[in-house]
Amino acid sequence: MDCETCQRKLDAYLDGELELTDAKLVADHLTTCPTCARSGLARVQQKRAISSAAAITFKPDPAFRARIEKSIGLAKPSPWGRGWLPLLATMIALLVASLFYLDLKRGHARDQQVLAELADQHVMTLASANPVDVVSTDRHTVKPWFEGKIPFSFNLPDLNNSGFELVGGKVAYLNGSPGAELIFGIRQHRISVFIFDSHAMETPVNASSFSSFNVRGWNQNGLWYLLIGDLNQQDSDKLRELLRQAA
Amino acid sequence: MPLFERLYNFACWLTQDRHEAEDLVQETYVKALKGFASFQQGTNFRAWIFRILRNTFLTSKTGLQATATVSLEDESEEEILASAEHTPESILLARSDWQFVQQALTQLPVTHREVLLLCDVEDMSYAEISAALTIPMGTVMSRLSRARRALRIAIQGLRKE
Repeated sequence: MDCETCQRKLDAYLDGELELTDAKLVADHLTTCPTCARSGLARVQQKRAISSAAAITFKPDPAFRARIEKSIGLAKPSPWGRGWLPLLATMIALLVASLFYLDLKRGHARDQQVLAELADQHVMTLASANPVDVVSTDRHTVKPWFEGKIPFSFNLPDLNNSGFELVGGKVAYLNGSPGAELIFGIRQHRISVFIFDSHAMETPVNASSFSSFNVRGWNQNGLWYLLIGDLNQQDSDKLRELLRQAA
Repeated sequence: MPLFERLYNFACWLTQDRHEAEDLVQETYVKALKGFASFQQGTNFRAWIFRILRNTFLTSKTGLQATATVSLEDESEEEILASAEHTPESILLARSDWQFVQQALTQLPVTHREVLLLCDVEDMSYAEISAALTIPMGTVMSRLSRARRALRIAIQGLRKE
């Protein structure tokens, strides 16, 4: 780059307005040309001088600020004036929204904790040498077995021609409350259905999957249900419907 | 109020009178509030509100007088060179020169003063200045170049006095 071009582009360079390629050419020229470098230095000094000489030289009077705020309707309203109602309404709306959000967050965290606990239980059941305490494909055997072991009773569906089979059941615990873990099978898949009293778990789990398992949660007739297994979505829905119809 | 102090300072530099500056700032905020619907979201708010202030100034009595006395210089977009007789290095500034700079700024035509203030004080990009002054980018560059040269000449003149 020659001096003439450098001088022409120097202002834009110092204002940070040159394209990268041009900026590099100017910068390279400035390192080799003392005349242009002096010119650049003087222009930088002038920019700084203007900035420091003119920046906030004139400060507005606080009374003027107050007057202008009033004139355009930005004056701070008295807390006891008519402005307090919208403010209060806004605060209440914010509070309600915050509580709702916190509740949602708490609900989500609780679901994740319950799902993690019951998914572990399901995996332990599958890995166990004795996965169930009562072995029976007969619902009329399994249901009576739980009597006296858990504080509620439940109905089981007739699985004939459904493709599902009842493998058996065992007592499970959640939050210190006893409940039933029923093991169903379809083809090579095993599914756990946990049933607890709704007093122990008030709201159903609001999730359709967890840790690669399909999950279904619902409440019915005072009981809390959770279905978890590696079966597909359609079969999950089908088993849930069979259980709901039987309940 | 956004940019209140900056707008007030700019208004004072344009009008050279605090009372007029106050009126100008007040009118600017009133116009900005009324015309906020015309502000396009995503565009530069600072350039928009400075443009309102500047346009309001231009239509005021002081603004009309100030612009009427500006010589009709060539504002073509051709880039200009610094005059050899006023080379920048000949006016290397000392820290104590800030009073000369202030005085020289007040002597400049308003079109030069405003472009220098927006670039070197408000640190606006050429694109922002172009939007604030409603002039093409090329004119921003040529006007800045002329304004800087004019300021150097004014400072030299003040030093000789």
